[in-house]
Amino acid sequence: MENTVKQFPPFREAPTHADHGHEHDEHHDHAHDHAGHDEHHEPGWFSKYVFSTDHKVIGIQYGLMALLFMLFGFGLMILMRWQIANPAKPVPFLGPLLEKVLGQVASHGVISPELYNSFGAMHGTIMVFLGVVPLAFAAFGNYVVPLMIGAPDMTFPRVNMASFHAFFLGGVVMLVSFFIPGGAAQAGWTSYSPLATTIPTNGQAFWLVGMVLLITSSLLGAVNFIATIIQLRAPGMTWMRLPFFVWAQFVTAFILLLAFPPLEAAGLLQLMDNVAHTSFFLPTGLAVGGRLADISGGGSPLLWQHLFWFLGHPEVYVLILPAMGIVCEVIVNNTRKPVWGYKSLVYSVLFVGFLSFIVWAHHMYMTGMGQKIATFFQATTMIISIPSVIILTCLFISLWGGSIRFNTPMLFALAFLPMFGIGGLTGLPLGLAPADLYLHDTYYIIAHFHYVVAPGTIFGLFAGVYYWYPKMTGRMMNEFWGRVHFWCSFVFMNIVFMPMFLQGIKGMLRRMSDGAANYSAARVPGAIDTLPDSIIHLNHFILWAAVALGVAQIPFIINVFWSIGHGEKVASDNPWKSTTLEWQTPTPPPHGNFKVEPQIARGPYEYSVPGAATDFTPQNAPADKKATAAH
Amino acid sequence: MSESKSVDIKSTVRLCGVVLFVIACTTAMMIKISFLPFGWPLKVTFILGVAAVNAFLVASYLMHLLTEKKMVFIVGFFTVCFFISLMGLTLWAMQDFPVGTTH
Amino acid sequence: MEIPYTSSARPDTGLYNAKLGIWLFLASEVMLFGALFSAYVLLRVGAPEGFWPHGWLSVTLGTVNTLILALSAITTLLAWVACKVGDYRKFKIFHACTLLLALSFLCVKSYEYHDKWIHYEIHLKDGRIADGHLEEQDDQTVTIMGRIIPGDQEQLLYDLRSQKTIPRDEIKLDRSNILKMENYGPRHNTFTAIYFTMTGLHALHIIGGCLVIGFLWGPGSRMWKKDHERFTNRIEVSGLFWHFVDLVWIFLFPVLYLT
Repeated sequence: MENTVKQFPPFREAPTHADHGHEHDEHHDHAHDHAGHDEHHEPGWFSKYVFSTDHKVIGIQYGLMALLFMLFGFGLMILMRWQIANPAKPVPFLGPLLEKVLGQVASHGVISPELYNSFGAMHGTIMVFLGVVPLAFAAFGNYVVPLMIGAPDMTFPRVNMASFHAFFLGGVVMLVSFFIPGGAAQAGWTSYSPLATTIPTNGQAFWLVGMVLLITSSLLGAVNFIATIIQLRAPGMTWMRLPFFVWAQFVTAFILLLAFPPLEAAGLLQLMDNVAHTSFFLPTGLAVGGRLADISGGGSPLLWQHLFWFLGHPEVYVLILPAMGIVCEVIVNNTRKPVWGYKSLVYSVLFVGFLSFIVWAHHMYMTGMGQKIATFFQATTMIISIPSVIILTCLFISLWGGSIRFNTPMLFALAFLPMFGIGGLTGLPLGLAPADLYLHDTYYIIAHFHYVVAPGTIFGLFAGVYYWYPKMTGRMMNEFWGRVHFWCSFVFMNIVFMPMFLQGIKGMLRRMSDGAANYSAARVPGAIDTLPDSIIHLNHFILWAAVALGVAQIPFIINVFWSIGHGEKVASDNPWKSTTLEWQTPTPPPHGNFKVEPQIARGPYEYSVPGAATDFTPQNAPADKKATAAH
Repeated sequence: MSESKSVDIKSTVRLCGVVLFVIACTTAMMIKISFLPFGWPLKVTFILGVAAVNAFLVASYLMHLLTEKKMVFIVGFFTVCFFISLMGLTLWAMQDFPVGTTH
Repeated sequence: MEIPYTSSARPDTGLYNAKLGIWLFLASEVMLFGALFSAYVLLRVGAPEGFWPHGWLSVTLGTVNTLILALSAITTLLAWVACKVGDYRKFKIFHACTLLLALSFLCVKSYEYHDKWIHYEIHLKDGRIADGHLEEQDDQTVTIMGRIIPGDQEQLLYDLRSQKTIPRDEIKLDRSNILKMENYGPRHNTFTAIYFTMTGLHALHIIGGCLVIGFLWGPGSRMWKKDHERFTNRIEVSGLFWHFVDLVWIFLFPVLYLT
């Protein structure tokens, strides 16, 4: 039985204004092609590049900003690693500059404990909220999702633009906070009360205002993504014909939509604590600096933790799911066969999204929870590992029998699998309260989550950059330097983070600005369970690996910009010979994306279909006897 | 057009009048309950129950949720689930702690 | 290609874009206010026995506000219905009523806020506590309209409902006798904190809703001539937001005023 697309009458064959006068869409208030008729005036530079409502421009805006923020966050980390390896020693090269810019906190070029704490808090905040989420969700999502589903743009283009500008403002607020008296936020990216309220800096208030702006940006983006995926799928693009990347973004958007508001509420409450001197999170009898604080009391620090982690845990799935989506697309494309277990992938990602809302208190085992509630959260945490493993397994099995092309995106996608595997597996002991009681707030945790996000998500994002670059620019990135970037990053990432597992198991705690020197055997000889020299010495090792990791990014940065003008031009609109819709557009896609609305009659991954003329069939190719049924 | 049902002002005004009247009555009921000499847990339960009825009326008739499409219900269902988890699990967590460790 | 389903409904979902968009947004708002309500419950349950205020808010004013908002929800619905049947004049009238009702709500709220702002709790050096509304003050003295209670009966200030009559006399105090003077602002205790925060955030939503409905009533109503179907949908969508704001108040009122 042939598939038809009868349930969706094509709403528009070629753009005409004949009898649809009153449906004139006001969203496109700048130039767009109408089969050759250029009826609107050419927009100015500002309308085109700064105040654009085109999802592709917005995607690139998000992407560039996010990469810049990630570079900045990386820099903060290098400064921290210096301090950890060489406590109280002036930072080479940058020391005088730090002192000049930041003043007292960096006197003589030495990173003071307060400055270290603010670097720590801002590194986390910037990497998560200004780096990875905007890149993984907003940048790639904005650019690729409408193309992949056959839509002309996002459902609400102006809301999309507003969401980018809110993100930009939030970033500005966060950066500005470094320069105010007292410095940036210092209470960790988790901003626990009462510390966050009692630190004598306005940086915490700036952090909260920045967070409110960033959360607003994400909420607007989430509404847009969900509405777009539900409403603007091209005729015939049923749910089970969506590329897995779209499913991943869909679930991510839902997580952002429903999990962020409690943090916004909590942020508002903490802002009230900071500015209006309320006591939402401040307990009665709180003493600061030896004196009873002049507050009403009656609040609960645990309340902040619950509200924070209610977002905090789903947030980590926001970080990983888009990357899993990218990895799936790249693997399928470079093995020339459909993904193994498409249905399992879809149901798993939906299940992960749902469960992610009820596991949060595994970040709070140390707060004196009772057995029953701890058991509940341990159970849900263990259960949520199942769909995650299913997703990873499907991606692994997809390699079997594939005709593998080892290009740069594929290298990153392949590396993602074991790296995320390590990150995920090391999370299991953390999900169990007895083991977590020991490992909590040690370097084991740092190693665990960095493995999932750094050689995990970020590798997925690199794969995405190399993969979709030709569609965005019409040129390929340099393959040789791509491989240099990959191998160096892969090796040095592991050297940076693997030793941290050992340090954590040995008991080295996190957020210590002196690199645990105060707990070392060298400092207090004869005391029990101090950290041996070998563990402390690893800090030097990690510092040099981190610097090398930074150097390894230079070829990538150069490659991204150099290839725009000098990269190898693509031979066709579909250089990777992919089936998904974004490759069936001109390069780069024009405003409105598709000249004629695509009619979909196939699944997303028709590679190596027996009897077909080529080893891939684009998703918008007309249905024929060999088309796969909508499953 | 979002719905194809026919609407007219007169019947809507009648419906609105009924809804307004019911809201006024339920509000009065809540106020009366709050002044009764029972313990607070019982009173709070009743008052919130009546408020829920009020909310149901506003949502169903004024927001025409009763005739809304499945997609909206699905979104609403999951939202309610997550809201209940947030409030319920947080309260449970605050109540469940090892005996003797706090005041 | 232009964006489909901006006015017409997509066949399989039965929704036009903005309608889905607003329900999604309202879902996030449910979580926002839900978190605040959860915070309220937690703070209240965690408060020591006898120290959670009852009767600090005027039930009369709260009821008036409830009815104002309910009426405005109805005029919002009627405005949309008027658009649907093509009656532009009636739409203008109904939404003008909505805006006026919203403004009255805000006026009543401001009066309530002001009432708390001038209500002081004054701890005297001799251990007694004076409590009442500020009449006048200068460098030497402070005059309030209220009462003085012994220091060990502080709970009298919290449970106002159980006290049949509360004496209100003009009391003049010497500043030299005053240990600490604080008004019933957000920092006073967790009840005022959560009260101001929740009603404040709600009021911000009312203002936001007013801005949107005001825009659609004024400059935005030009779309009526160009594309009345799309305009009607905008009225519907903004109306849904307004109804949600009413829904929040339906829970805020009993939770803060009656319990």
